Amino acid sequence: MAGSKMDIRTNVQSKGWSRGKIAFAIFLGVLVVFAPVLLQGFQTMSFFVRVLGIIGIYVLLALGLNIVVGYAGLLDLGYVAFYAMGAYAAVILGEKFVTAVQMISNVGLRDFLVSSQFIVMLPVAAIIAALTGLALGTPVLRLRGDYLAIVTLGFGEIIRILATNDFLGLTKGAYGMMAPVAQPLGLSQLQLLPVAIPAIGFNFIFSVNLYWYYIVVLLIVLAVFVVRRLDNSRLGRAWVAMREDEVAASSVGVNIMTSKLWAFALGALWGGLAGVVFANAQGFVSPESFTFMESVFIVTMVVLGGMGSIPGVIVGAALIAGIPEMIRGVAQSPLLAGVIDPTLASAISGYRYLVFGLLMVIMMAVRPQGMIPSTRRAQELHPEDEKVLEEEDQSLWDLKHGADRSEHDL
Amino acid sequence: MALDTLMQQMVNGITLGGMYALIALGYTLVYGIMLMINFAHSEMFMAGAYVGLFTLTGLTNPKLVGSGTVAFLTKNGIGLVLLFTIVFLIAGVAIGLLGVIIERTAYRPLRNAPRLAPLISAIGVSIFLQNAVLLWVDSKALPFPQVFPIVNIKIFGNASISTLQIFILVSVVLILIVLDTFVSKTRIGKAMRATSQDRDAAGLMGVNINTVIALAFFIGPALGAVAGIFNGMYYGTVNWNMGFLPGIKSFTAAVIGGIGNLRGAMLGGFVLGIIESLAAGFLATGYKDVVAFVILILVLIFRPGGLLGESVVEKV
Repeated sequence: MAGSKMDIRTNVQSKGWSRGKIAFAIFLGVLVVFAPVLLQGFQTMSFFVRVLGIIGIYVLLALGLNIVVGYAGLLDLGYVAFYAMGAYAAVILGEKFVTAVQMISNVGLRDFLVSSQFIVMLPVAAIIAALTGLALGTPVLRLRGDYLAIVTLGFGEIIRILATNDFLGLTKGAYGMMAPVAQPLGLSQLQLLPVAIPAIGFNFIFSVNLYWYYIVVLLIVLAVFVVRRLDNSRLGRAWVAMREDEVAASSVGVNIMTSKLWAFALGALWGGLAGVVFANAQGFVSPESFTFMESVFIVTMVVLGGMGSIPGVIVGAALIAGIPEMIRGVAQSPLLAGVIDPTLASAISGYRYLVFGLLMVIMMAVRPQGMIPSTRRAQELHPEDEKVLEEEDQSLWDLKHGADRSEHDL
Repeated sequence: MALDTLMQQMVNGITLGGMYALIALGYTLVYGIMLMINFAHSEMFMAGAYVGLFTLTGLTNPKLVGSGTVAFLTKNGIGLVLLFTIVFLIAGVAIGLLGVIIERTAYRPLRNAPRLAPLISAIGVSIFLQNAVLLWVDSKALPFPQVFPIVNIKIFGNASISTLQIFILVSVVLILIVLDTFVSKTRIGKAMRATSQDRDAAGLMGVNINTVIALAFFIGPALGAVAGIFNGMYYGTVNWNMGFLPGIKSFTAAVIGGIGNLRGAMLGGFVLGIIESLAAGFLATGYKDVVAFVILILVLIFRPGGLLGESVVEKV
């Protein structure tokens, strides 16, 4: 019955972790850490590591956007702007940092600082992205719904067009920029330990792709931790209240202005971090990577996965970023070399976006709340919800004489 | 010199604005009735250009229709009028029906879904259509046949206006007048206005909501298709991703004018086209798109309801 959804106990129960859940989490952890090592070891599978790294960046972006869209309920169609800010900050300021560090005469220290430049850039880019979030958030505080979506869309496009036009001589326009350092900290040491088992064709070398994969996994773990804490914080509850009813929230003392600004800043931050990893992992940044379509994909990951639900968003990002890349990767890889001829393989990979668009339409018709809906969001009241409509349809007689449903509700 | 540029950019801007206005009408019609941003609308514009291109190529191909017909259609005034009437009619009806089909399959099941659902669905439709054209038609840009006789007429110093620009402008103004009369004077137009004010109440008053919505999804895409053909004739080429930028800019135009307001969309289209052309002429060409978005943001901040829209009152 519909009433059981409102049961307070469901909330309490979901806090505890059952044994099965813990086992699943450990299994997942082992998989995330060791599966790429196996994939890297086999020549034909090693492209999957690169795909996993790309998926990781999108997971990070989706987790960040989830704060804005899922928690605060603000539709942001220009999230890619923060990603771009992070990537360009990493390249431009990273270059400056490396030049500054060249002054140091101690070779060991200098090399250490040069190779660890991206670690310095992570907080810098995060702060720049968060400030960009505030810069966007401040003028549009009064806007809501579709208007906000369009303004954020325009903002994202402005950032991209400025980058394309070499704004203030910073970005080198459409030609793009190279990342300052190719060899990140510790990679050469890690590459000293190759493991090879020739009998089964296993030949493991710690690749650059694997390195960035682990960096992004660390950032995702951090993001999940922070987002979970945020969700249960005073601010998180303010967001929920604001998302459900802005007027009611402000009348019980939620500061709408600061809550919204925090949402923009804290959401943008992860975009900046993802940008740093993207710029360094790819070694190259150009405005082409930050189109509106990219923003749309990130929104789609959040919505298809389940707004406000961390596992949902991760699954959504993994599927949406992963499936097209996998199809392309498999089609181009030597895996199917003897099975399918290359022209057919490239034809299949050409169809990936067509299928993807169709899936989006079908998914919305079948399951608009997303693959793994957030439990908290599911309990919210929406004027068009069945339960609310049902209650409105109740006759006066039902109310006076107590419809039988009330007995089951807590 | 500067005055010449000003005049020339005004002419170009008004032409561009006419196309924006046509597309913006499609956004505003659907938004007014369904309260959704039809993201797939930019693809109606693109698909319309393709249908127009193929109809035009077919009708001017001597092997298909005979060389006598081709000569009649392209060499003489009445023939040209007939030719373009057929091209615009076929593209308009075809894309209008496409719009209705999309509404039926992708949006109707989502009428009572959370607000983001139709938006995502529309984005899915848009991606699908772009890739359908990319895969099944051509991945490269196709040239649009130059059938329309283009003559440049000097109007002021070095500034000139072409016959094509005059043709586009006159057609746009005619279409706008017809549409405005249709919505404000006819019975079904009244039903559309009623539905956009309050869908449920209009339904109770005997308005067939599904017909009204289907009509909005026919007219909007049909106008988009017309704009697409104009665009093809004007720039001489069509491309599978040609819809995206005019699409968002036209949405901007609709918002500038006040979304849901038909005359607002027309005004917004012209305002945006003119400002963009002036920016391209006097600032750097690369920044003309930035100008469009900056104006959008300014309008939304200082006049959130748009130029002609009523101010948005917060409902509790």
